Amino acid sequence: MGWIGETVDSIRSIQIRQLLTQAVSLGMIVTSALIIWKALMCITGSESPVVVVLSGSMEPGFKRGDILFLHMSKDPIRAGEIVVFNIDGREIPIVHRVIKVHERQDTGEVDVLTKGDNNYGDDRLLYAHGQLWLQRHHIMGRAVGFLPYVGWVTIIMTEKPIIKYILIGALGLLVITSKD
Amino acid sequence: MHSFGYRANALLTFALTILALICAMVSLSDNLNSPSPSAEIQILNINWFQRHPDGNDEVSLTLNITADLQSLFTWNTKQVFVFVAAEYETPKNSLNQVSVWDGIIPAKEHAKFWIQTSNKYRLIDQGGNLRGKEFNLTLHWHVMPKTGKMFADKIVMSGYRLPEEYR
Repeated sequence: MGWIGETVDSIRSIQIRQLLTQAVSLGMIVTSALIIWKALMCITGSESPVVVVLSGSMEPGFKRGDILFLHMSKDPIRAGEIVVFNIDGREIPIVHRVIKVHERQDTGEVDVLTKGDNNYGDDRLLYAHGQLWLQRHHIMGRAVGFLPYVGWVTIIMTEKPIIKYILIGALGLLVITSKD
Repeated sequence: MHSFGYRANALLTFALTILALICAMVSLSDNLNSPSPSAEIQILNINWFQRHPDGNDEVSLTLNITADLQSLFTWNTKQVFVFVAAEYETPKNSLNQVSVWDGIIPAKEHAKFWIQTSNKYRLIDQGGNLRGKEFNLTLHWHVMPKTGKMFADKIVMSGYRLPEEYR
């Protein structure tokens, strides 16, 4: 109860200058997080350098809630690599393994077929209507490393947005009421 | 400065930093392992070999796969994903890799195995170039760790050849 009283008191005693200082420091925190994210995008060459595994189609290797580190290089795509790709018309990227590769002699362009380790059939059911192969431009990156369980934070925040609001609200309160 | 909030924050930050450090060290420990796997693949039978109405060749094979992958496992290994791919070249494509069988090895005890199977995935060419085709059978493996960096490598076995005529 004393803690709530303190919080209400400190909100009442806020001056404009202090408020501005704290707004700037909050902005700094958000901006530095953005800088780190963009730097990661540059270093790994991929549009989203970290993805969360959302389905169980790659079990037992990757379970729901693991996070994958991606890297995209100009190296050609070869069978066995775990790639993350986007299907036209779907926003959620899919993480599966390449099982077939056909690379053209002249242009170096490549037709790729993927399949989830835990799925019975290949991914042609997931591709867009009439699409039989993936091309290089569909692929966002190769999975090079992973951390277990860390992605559950993102999954919980996406599936129960109320927790996201509670967290941001609490963080905002903490910043406003802190004395330094 | 000594309120519960500050102490909890400091503790949590410290714990997360140490955890990240430990995960990185565990992953680095995988580099100490120098694996020496071995494998052998025999084609027991060409079951059938036909051309589809759309012009693509397809062949069905029965394979005998023997491998010893026990040296790949470390304390940080969750599973090893192993697959066999047929690799060949055609006039239109500089490289074709088609996976014909794959499996998951969950533990070191299962890493020395012998399996006789027909191809799990269909070996279909983009075109009709498979008659008399020489190809390699490559055993690839992908070591998936409990945490950290994944390793992949392969053994290439060459000298296989498809029949000259459809059957």
